[in-house]
Amino acid sequence: MMYNNEHFEPVITKFVNEPGCETIEFYISKENGYKALEKALKMKPAEVVEEVKKSNLRGRGGAGFPTGMKWSFMPANPVDANGNPKPKYLVCNADEGEPGTFKDRLIFTKTPHKMIEGMIIGGHAIGSNKGFIYIRGEWFKESRLMQKAIDDAYAKGFLGKNILGSGFDFDLVIYLGAGAYICGEETALLNSLEGKRGEPRLKPPFPAQVGAYGMPSCVNNVETFAAVPYILDKGWEKYAKMGTERSGGTRLIGVSGHVNKPAVYELPMNLSINEIIEIAGGVKGGKLKAVIPGGASAPMLTAAECDVKTDYDSLAKAGTMAGSGGLIVMNDSVNIVEATYTLLKFYEHESCGQCSQCREGSHWLARMFHRILNGGGTQEDLDYIAKICGNMAGQTICAFADAVTGPALSSIKKFRSEFEELVMKGGLKGIGREQSISHRVEGAHV
Amino acid sequence: MLSEKIKNTINGIRPQFPTEQALLLPVLHLIQDEYGWVSEESMKSAGEFLNLPLSKVKEVASFYTMYKLHPQGKVDLQICTNISCWLNGADKLVACAEKRLGIKCGETTKDGSFTLSQVECLAACGTAPALMLNEDYYESLDVPKLNEILDQASKDLAAGKVVGKTTRKEGVWP
Repeated sequence: MMYNNEHFEPVITKFVNEPGCETIEFYISKENGYKALEKALKMKPAEVVEEVKKSNLRGRGGAGFPTGMKWSFMPANPVDANGNPKPKYLVCNADEGEPGTFKDRLIFTKTPHKMIEGMIIGGHAIGSNKGFIYIRGEWFKESRLMQKAIDDAYAKGFLGKNILGSGFDFDLVIYLGAGAYICGEETALLNSLEGKRGEPRLKPPFPAQVGAYGMPSCVNNVETFAAVPYILDKGWEKYAKMGTERSGGTRLIGVSGHVNKPAVYELPMNLSINEIIEIAGGVKGGKLKAVIPGGASAPMLTAAECDVKTDYDSLAKAGTMAGSGGLIVMNDSVNIVEATYTLLKFYEHESCGQCSQCREGSHWLARMFHRILNGGGTQEDLDYIAKICGNMAGQTICAFADAVTGPALSSIKKFRSEFEELVMKGGLKGIGREQSISHRVEGAHV
Repeated sequence: MLSEKIKNTINGIRPQFPTEQALLLPVLHLIQDEYGWVSEESMKSAGEFLNLPLSKVKEVASFYTMYKLHPQGKVDLQICTNISCWLNGADKLVACAEKRLGIKCGETTKDGSFTLSQVECLAACGTAPALMLNEDYYESLDVPKLNEILDQASKDLAAGKVVGKTTRKEGVWP
């Protein structure tokens, strides 16, 4: 399938269905692996940064920040107060946990060397000799696979001292998180990497000035790093051409929920949500009702709105976001208030608690939705939801509070009649539905 | 007292990190792995080993969901009930597990075999519903598959086997 884009080819997933694709031997022999690194090491760091800038690669973790620009923020020769040079760190954010997102896990298990190669190139570009891979703690198996891949890369001389005779040294270290969604936020991740509570930091200073262990640091997502070898190997033009004017390359879209073929699909960005659902086998068990296009934090869209294209700018124009590429499909058997409560109880649990707007707000929202579902909701509650959201978004240290308001606000804005029905008829019982067993308050998160 | 195994492992990775505190998450993971939970006593030892005040250890241990501050069952059964799993029938798995084990989420069976809980998104949404049994993921589940998993786990426990865990080599982390 050409997806109406003559330039498109898979950058990351081309070989993920072949046996042995995760091994270094496969990567070198079939995927021209570590050739981009060889090329990059012959270039000046600034030239590598320029190449990535021109490719229009944007961060794949959720915020979509231009990667080349992020790299260019790193100071060239940072020194401490005594004039001694400071180390710089490159950090890979592998704390994948945005509900609906499961693309990085595919890279970890099927093509880890792409990410490793991307990190070594990144290290050369920003002048760092050490990279940390921060992996969510639940990935016991995945972290061992990644460690094996790292060990293999050391054995072949792609990591360690004097890589490929270039004089450039680079080490990679794995760090395991311990079950906290907020650690996907880059400054929370840095705190966690330092062995502290994963609480986001006030910015400025930005990580490029004061990052991990107080040193200049650059944090990028797994998929972002995995795209870098292609850009160096095939040239920025080819990568940029595949995308839109302001965003190069392909995207990994994880389609889940009510579709016949849920999976990660590597796609060009000029497809609409409806077309992507078609690629994922169509809606399962009913008609399309709503879609969350970019991970749980992205405001949801109604079925009528799903003609929108999935590049960053089109989705932003539609009042939602491309986020982490997790596309969650819901059919018409779903009660939107229940579905949204599923997300809100998650946010309530995961708020780090630093800012009162977020700590209290996420709690109140979850409680109000619970009350509405169980027959205790009032018409007033419905207006309060928007009010609480207004006091959360943009009022806190990090974007978590904004993320909570994504599903909360969009659900009541677009599906208000379902809320009103629950209020008038006395909750789920009144409309002949049973309470979800996972929505009991007691023990929900213990 | 921390075991020699934990100390040796931490000493092995110490040169990779610029600060002592960076070793706190790994130490707590290793404690959890060895004892099944993180006790006040073990937090004290962790603090002494890394030269950190107990308050620092506690604030970190209590922040992260994976560090259990109370004794757990031998098998920690965590069912994901977040959106994609919920849409694909996670509730049926929770109902089945609760009925079979005779406990609710957040509880441990009387014989100390199983702890049941709901867990937040495991990044396995494409193969929903999913669960974690100690360190192992199980995906694309339904009730019959869950029953099989629990049958096997019960059998392994009765035979005195370790369930869903890889034995760590000393000095290696992760």
